[in-house]
Order: sequence, then structure tokens, then C-alpha cells
Amino acid sequence: MRKIDLVIIGGGPAGLAAAVSAKQNGIEDILVVERDHALGGILNQCIHNGFGLHMFKEQLTGPEYAERYIDKLNKLNIDYVLNTMVLSISKDKEIVLLSRERGYEKIEAKAVILAMGCRERPRGALNIPGTRPAGVYTAGTAQRYINMEGFMVGKKVVILGSGDIGLIMARRLTLEGADVSCVFELMPYSGGLKRNIVQCLDDFEIPLKLSHTIFEIVGKDRVEGVYAGEVDENFNPIESTRKFYPCDTVLFSVGLIPENELSKTCEINLDKRTKGPYVNGKMQTNIDGVFACGNVVHVHDLVDYVSEESERAGYYASKYILDKIDLKAEKIEIKAEKDVSYTVPQWIDKNSSEEIPLRFRVRRVFKEAKIILKTGDEVLKVINKKHLAPGEMETVKINNELISKIKNILSVSIEEVL
Amino acid sequence: MNKEMTCIVCPVGCSLTVTKNDKDEIIVSGNKCKRGEIYAKQELLNPVRVLTSTVKIKNAIVDRIPVKTEGEIPKEVLFEAMEIIKNTCLIAPVKCGDIIIENICDSNVNLVATRSLKAI
Repeated sequence: MRKIDLVIIGGGPAGLAAAVSAKQNGIEDILVVERDHALGGILNQCIHNGFGLHMFKEQLTGPEYAERYIDKLNKLNIDYVLNTMVLSISKDKEIVLLSRERGYEKIEAKAVILAMGCRERPRGALNIPGTRPAGVYTAGTAQRYINMEGFMVGKKVVILGSGDIGLIMARRLTLEGADVSCVFELMPYSGGLKRNIVQCLDDFEIPLKLSHTIFEIVGKDRVEGVYAGEVDENFNPIESTRKFYPCDTVLFSVGLIPENELSKTCEINLDKRTKGPYVNGKMQTNIDGVFACGNVVHVHDLVDYVSEESERAGYYASKYILDKIDLKAEKIEIKAEKDVSYTVPQWIDKNSSEEIPLRFRVRRVFKEAKIILKTGDEVLKVINKKHLAPGEMETVKINNELISKIKNILSVSIEEVL
Repeated sequence: MNKEMTCIVCPVGCSLTVTKNDKDEIIVSGNKCKRGEIYAKQELLNPVRVLTSTVKIKNAIVDRIPVKTEGEIPKEVLFEAMEIIKNTCLIAPVKCGDIIIENICDSNVNLVATRSLKAI
């Protein structure tokens, strides 16, 4: 069987950054496995700008950001395969690949980095009633059709979900000549960045209807319209507000889910909250030698954070291969408490020597609030914040000094300043 | 004149109200910091945007190549620029950064490719 030191599954931003970092840290024998026909992942269809402000200190489009890393990969002579699907990974890191070009292959790896990214929640995940006509897409699928394959998806569009992808697609469709009649959002606030609400909706006078959802999709062969209206505080439709919106296309932008079918094949423990693997500060999963990074771990707001996290995964995977870093270190559990929905990593080693960025999301919008880090009843750190929102990932740096004070559990909570 | 807008300088997103006083000066209110006032005045007097889109391409692994304006162009010419973009067709190879359309809509800004696509 072919033996490779490090196999990275996924050639998107996470896989690329992990590969570059592992190579720079001394691993020669690396293989990146990508299922699409090009490296770059979803960045290739994200043609809008705003990427790279943290990493490169300039505004890049998605394809430009990807190309920076693809160039690095090529300069470092890192090996990769395209059009190749990974079918399974075993606990002893035996990987089964399938491709049209090379058929069925088995590879034995010393270490594996999971970088499969995430996928979109579809209509089926929401149980929206109605018929099943053509013209219903997830926003990302429509984005790929328009931006890479050159198919226009429709002429009169409504969008459910005001996350960033939904907002970006509202602008993109409008520029391409479609009439986007409105964007519905179930929550009383938008999950998207303010900048996108202004530049994608306000600029083109597209109404954003908060606390609204689609009640029913209508149409025999093609979408003919939707019934939509307001929801109450428990998100149940208020029938008296039901109204018909004629359209030929419905886009869903209702959240992303880490894609972990493969992780399950090697019995990786998944966190119910993030839907990604439990990881420590070194991006190690519970399986020895299997690391994870990027949107497969938890959905990030910015690709820059994905790259940073993946560089760390690549670095620690190289440490694992070269120096056999010890997994049996004493664990510190990190607990997401009041108004914190999750943290990544979920645990850290007591003997961590490098600074760890602790990332988390809050449960609701806060105007003035404090982020509080505690161990038992002892407060270790308080950070004042002028603004916190579920759509914006927060980061707190955890250094050695702080770790040395932790007694088994570190808890993170939010306190509102009234 | 009374215009409502959302400030996008930072994540707080202040709701701004822009009015003019008797002396025809622009008055901004609702902003929590000075940057909000600068933003509102710019948006009112000369709103500009970076335009990103795609251009048809032949002989590449995909049928569209992404493009962007190298800098900001006036908001009012966005649709005019889209019309020019729609009528453009390229043949691979194209390199990221190649100028596709010079000085688009007399904006003194070039439209450039944002992805390298090899000939197949």
C-alpha cells in the first residue's frame, strides 16, 4: 500500500493553508485530495471582494485569495490530486480514494488533516410545505451556476435567509438583471454583516423583511410564487399576515453545516453544537494523528480565520509526525456558559506552550457587555465589548500565564452591562 | 432633505440621519463617532463601489472568469459597466490581474481578471 506522511482531505482554503504550513515546518511527503476539478474550494465561486483583510492587509476577491495559496502550494511543490473522492478513513489512518482517472486506491498516512469544509442547509431541513417545482436552489448552488458555469437561475427571485451568502446573491442577481423582490429573515435581526445589508440590499432598494418566513412554495413545473408572512416570538407563522409573492425562483440561505460524513467513518467525536469534531488547541481530534481545521470544525465568518486556524493544524500535524507530540496531556475542559453557544477549541492541554486563540459565538445581540473567563469562582479575565452578535465570531487569546491559573475547567460567559 | 442610512465603518452600525441646515451644510446625527460623519458625507456626495462580476471565457475549465474593478467606481455607473461586461468574451489563457477593459465607463479604473485560467 502507498504510504504518505500527511494526507489533507480538501483543497479549499483550510486544506491549502494546512498543506503550506506543514511543508514549511518540515514535512516533505504531503498529498492534498480535492473532489472538484480545481483547487480553491468555495472561494472560486465567491467572486465578491472583502477577503484577506487580516491575512494580506488588502481586500481580495475569493478567487484571488485562493490563488495566493495555490501559488504557494505550487512553489513548494506540494502534491495534490483533483476529481478524487475520499470514501473512508480508518482509525489507523488508512484512506480509501476513488477517482475516474486512477480508480480505487488505498493510502496509509502517518497523519491526516480533515479540511472538508461545510455544506448548505437545504429546503428539506426546514420542512417548508408546498409543491416541488424547479427553481428552488440553495444560495451557494445558484452562486456556482452563475459565477462559474454561466447559467442564470431565474428572473424574479425571493430569498429566504439574510446571512451573508443570501445578501451577496441578492446583489449578484440584481446586477445580472434579475428582479429580487425581497429577502425574508426568520429572526428579528439579520445574521449578515452591516456592510452587506447596506451594499447588497439598500443600494438596490431590496426590502429585508425581518421576523418573516416562507409559509408555502407554489408552482407545478416551475416556481410560480411563495406565500410568506410574519412569525411570532416562537417562530410560528401568523396566518393573518399570509401574502402571495409572485416569483420564478426561490433561494435558501439558511445556514451551513460542517461536512463530517468522513469523520464518522473513523469514529471522531463530534460536538452537537458546532456539528464538527471536538478539538484541542492543537486542532487534534480524539483520534491519534487526525487533525481538523476550517469550516469542517465550525463555520467561520472570515476565510482569514480559516487560514490562521489551518496553519496551526498544519504546524501541529508536522510536530506530530516529526516529534510525536503527546496526546495524553492533562486536559482542561472549556465550558460555554451563559449566552455563549460554543467554543473552539473545546479543550486544551495543560502544558500548552503556544498562545491559543479561543473562538466562540454569543447567543444574542448585546450593546454593552463583558466577556468573562472563569475557573471555578475565580475570574481570570474580563473583556469589555461595545457590540456582540451571534453573526460575529469572537476571539480571546489564551496565553501560558492564563493557562497556568486554570483548575481543570475554564468557563466563558457573557454579562450584559445595563 | 432627510436621508436615513446605516454606517458601515465598524460593526456597531449606527443609524444615521443626514439633513441640511439653512446654510446648505450637511448635518449628520445618530453617529457615535467622527468616522460616521465622514462616511455619511461621502455616501451623500459621491457614493462609490467596487464592482465584481464575471466575463465569458472559452477554452478554460469553467465558462466564466471572475473580474473586478481595480478601484471604486461611481455607484451610478454600475449597471452601465455590467452591460459592457456582458458583451465581452475572452479566450484562455488569462492571468489574474490581466486588464480586461481599460478605463471602464470613463471611471479611470480598469476592469481586471481575478483568477488565472489556463487553456485546456
